[in-house]
Amino acid sequence: MAKVGVYVCHCGSNIAGVVDVAAVRDYAETLPDVVIARKDLFMCSDSGQEMVKQDVRDGVVDRVVVAACTPRTHEPIFRAAIEKAGLNKYLFEMANIRDQDSWVHGHDHEGATEKAKLIVASAVAKARNLEPLEDKFTPVTDAALVVGGGIGGISAALELANMGHKTYLLEKKPSIGGVMAQLDKTFPTNDCSACILTPMMVEAYNHPNIETMTYSEVDDVEGYIGNFTVKVRRKQTYVDWNKCTGCGDCASKCPSKTPDEFNAGLSDRRAAFIMFPQAVPKKAVIDIDHCINCGGREIGTEPKVNQKTGNPILAPCERACPADAINRSIAHDPKGSITEIEVGSIVVATGYQVMEKDWFKEMAPASPNVITALQLERIISATGPSEGKLLRPSDNEKPHTITFVSCMGSRDENFHTYCSRFCCMYMIKQARLLKEKYPQLTINMHFIDVRAFGKGYEEYYTGARTMGINFFKGKVGGLEMLPDDKLRVLAYDMESATNIEYESDLVVLATAVELPKDSVGLAQKLGLQFCGNNFFRELHPKLGPVETAVQGLFVAGCCQGPKDIPDTVAQAKGAAAAAAVPLAQGKVKIEPIISEVNPDICSGCGICVPLCPYNAISMKPTADGPRAEIEMSACKGCGVCTSACPSGAIVLHGYEESQIFAQIQALTA
Amino acid sequence: MSFMPNIVGFACQWCTYAGADLAGNLRAKYPPSIKLIKVPCSGRVEPEYVLEALANGADGVLIGGCHFGDCHYKTGNYKAANRMKILKKLIEDAGFDSRRFRLEWISGAEGYRFAEVVEEFTKELQELGPNPLKGGNGNGK
Repeated sequence: MAKVGVYVCHCGSNIAGVVDVAAVRDYAETLPDVVIARKDLFMCSDSGQEMVKQDVRDGVVDRVVVAACTPRTHEPIFRAAIEKAGLNKYLFEMANIRDQDSWVHGHDHEGATEKAKLIVASAVAKARNLEPLEDKFTPVTDAALVVGGGIGGISAALELANMGHKTYLLEKKPSIGGVMAQLDKTFPTNDCSACILTPMMVEAYNHPNIETMTYSEVDDVEGYIGNFTVKVRRKQTYVDWNKCTGCGDCASKCPSKTPDEFNAGLSDRRAAFIMFPQAVPKKAVIDIDHCINCGGREIGTEPKVNQKTGNPILAPCERACPADAINRSIAHDPKGSITEIEVGSIVVATGYQVMEKDWFKEMAPASPNVITALQLERIISATGPSEGKLLRPSDNEKPHTITFVSCMGSRDENFHTYCSRFCCMYMIKQARLLKEKYPQLTINMHFIDVRAFGKGYEEYYTGARTMGINFFKGKVGGLEMLPDDKLRVLAYDMESATNIEYESDLVVLATAVELPKDSVGLAQKLGLQFCGNNFFRELHPKLGPVETAVQGLFVAGCCQGPKDIPDTVAQAKGAAAAAAVPLAQGKVKIEPIISEVNPDICSGCGICVPLCPYNAISMKPTADGPRAEIEMSACKGCGVCTSACPSGAIVLHGYEESQIFAQIQALTA
Repeated sequence: MSFMPNIVGFACQWCTYAGADLAGNLRAKYPPSIKLIKVPCSGRVEPEYVLEALANGADGVLIGGCHFGDCHYKTGNYKAANRMKILKKLIEDAGFDSRRFRLEWISGAEGYRFAEVVEEFTKELQELGPNPLKGGNGNGK
């Protein structure tokens, strides 16, 4: 007979302020097999845990139920405690009477107390039926994968590589660098973005422990912590990167134009192109979606032969390449080439995208002189389309008045309720840089309010206020296009409590930060979850900021939520440290909450085999015919097979039928 | 006074159980009718569990899983959805109003939605009245 101990937590006033803890304790004592019921102000405190441990050591209890908060955060703590005291840690069950009771039923103390009793009864019913389980261990592949080659991914990869772990750095674009490579300068120090980023890009690319895989994406992921198999799909470049010297001659001869993503669409690039001058690796790519097969030279065919000379007729890009690196005869394969890599942990740092201006119909998106802040960044960058000169796109004239509008799509119920966090600061940075360069320029900035939260940020902002930049508190209601490509700004100024109207030559919209579209597909391949704002969800908002619900999978940077460069780097280094833990340990624990077949009961029907999402079940021949068998390391414990087995031959440890029936009976008693 | 129904909930630990925890974090209020049994996946819930709960006098049964495409185990929620389609008929055959059973997709981010679903389900059950097998008030006491 089980000896169940029940420990009811006050959680300060979190539980006791609503639930009558003493009444729950008294009730627990009346439940079958409960030998002792205690309560404490904080069960998770040292003294609270010690109380449980002492009862275990004294042999008073052999099953433990803690009625407190959620097992999602505290189950590991109590399991570790009873294990230390000498009890199998799986002989533990939690009753969630805080998150799912006192916190949500503050309006009904009596109802909450009655509910707490039933929740405790359910936990005790399960605990009576618990069986001891043993953890298993599996070896780890000492390598990591970092998905995303922006400043977050680069930082994480460098940390992992410097700790001595082989690291794959994956980037879907031809070059690493991410959005930071597109920036001119960075707040609050006005460092040149390229000057601080480029050396890191080169360091990562040349690091002996880092293998950089660009123009590549995750195709598929299998496995589990310590033993992931990742299929990496590299898009076709038609350029032999072993030969390409990055001279750019192919680009200069390519006749096909398409908007340049690196310049945020403000200029054109060619179909044969190098992403940007400081690209790492500095290699050319032929973007087949925009290649026009000029010169009659279809991709994937052998060149035609000149009848007179007998020489092959090559495309301009092929002819231009001094290194003979371009080969258009390679068959077009949209799938690209697949490489399989084995890693022990994965860091996802896929960054962000900004909303396009077309979302904001009231902001005259049709005007070329309404631009996003990322476009302004390219305009003022020395590597941008105007080589750093402030020219408005419609006529390449110098503007006299420039307007900044904050919170376009952020803090807006129509789009995103969240704050994009770094827009206020980069707008102030852009304004300061422009004011320093063009003192005569009139700069008007419209904010809901300025959020200068970081180290040195407030000083940067107050400094800007002394520079002759006009700050308005209040929203811009709309823009009107005027005949001379100017825009009329219609805004509200809260400080003077009046509507204001003026003409502006250029308007910059600080559009909201979002998760990149293609990161959604990645999430499904990896098993990542989303938070309410549609960014990747971390394990715990405070205490698990880089971990995810998938063990061995970590997140860093803007894909987890908008953040600036210092925060991204900090989180990336944190994610790298966390990702290195299983690699350093050399083995990982496999929780025994997995399914197992009892071959004596199995009828060999095979219903379970196709149901398993991990192909973990196979039919093994025995003297009595085939019997199902589950591969332990592949099973993740979903229990789909257990539920489907017509013979009841499959047990999901930790969620056994007898345990669940006992819970149902307790809740309906 | 309307009675407080007794709802047995089966919640997948990745989505709906996390959503219910989030409702707590958000201090979203809902009636104390539901008590959750944590399961790894909605695909772990056997139709017998629902029938057992109703036969024992539960006024309502809820299964909560991840939205399609979000399942931690890829496809467990699809399997749950298929099983429960048939179950609805079985519930009717057993003489229960099939509105006593609900299958809902509630993500870990949908704390307020969890509260809304429980609120609404509770109201519906209050209109339906107690489980006919029990007769007395919803808690069966």
